Amino acid sequence: MLKQYETVFIATPVLSEQQMKEAVAKYTKLIADNGGEVVYEEDWGLRQLAYPIQHKTSGFYYLIQFQADPSFVETLETQYFRDERIIRFLTVALDKDAVEYAERRRQNRAKAAAAPKVEEPKAEEPVVAPEEPEVPVEDEESNEENNA
Amino acid sequence: MAQNDAQNAGIRYLNPPTVEVRKKKYCRFKKAGIKYVDYKDPEFLKKFLNEQGKILPRRITGTSLKFQRKVAKAVKRARSLALLPYVTDLLK
Repeated sequence: MLKQYETVFIATPVLSEQQMKEAVAKYTKLIADNGGEVVYEEDWGLRQLAYPIQHKTSGFYYLIQFQADPSFVETLETQYFRDERIIRFLTVALDKDAVEYAERRRQNRAKAAAAPKVEEPKAEEPVVAPEEPEVPVEDEESNEENNA
Repeated sequence: MAQNDAQNAGIRYLNPPTVEVRKKKYCRFKKAGIKYVDYKDPEFLKKFLNEQGKILPRRITGTSLKFQRKVAKAVKRARSLALLPYVTDLLK
């Protein structure tokens, strides 16, 4: 019985782009090899950490949403623990509301990524930028559209 | 009875009594129909934190119990991913 999961990991900022890609490939392959299926991936890029982890103040964030057997999570986390490149990770099971939310988030991001490309072709920008429009000032109206 | 009425009528305030019209609190999740509280959105979660990064009580935010639990969980997840600080000063 496959279940939906979502995992976010933070890799050390010292990695090169190539090394980061390798790390991501390793985990997507791990998921595929264990009878899972990657539903969605999202690269958040280099972000400032809210507090230092292992004396580092920034890290590469990467999100993978996948379907897998519940016993696979342990395997995945063991791999995270053994990997020196990973400084922090979180794996969360998604319930049906969460899956729905993830779906909508994906569509919103796809839209947001597609729209500004016409004006300014910045490849890096959409990684962080779509975060802001989701909650523009403080009010619920905007959230209503995203979350309802 | 008559005396009572007279007394009521006779009350004079030095300062006009300030009648507080308190706005009714409401649960923003119920109102907006939000079902899932996302831990990946620190800007949104900051509405439920004070300046020290502590989770605000329900009596202040008006969140219903069901969603307060979800908010708390989301905030804790965000903290562990360093999206939100555990302790800080002057958040916001």
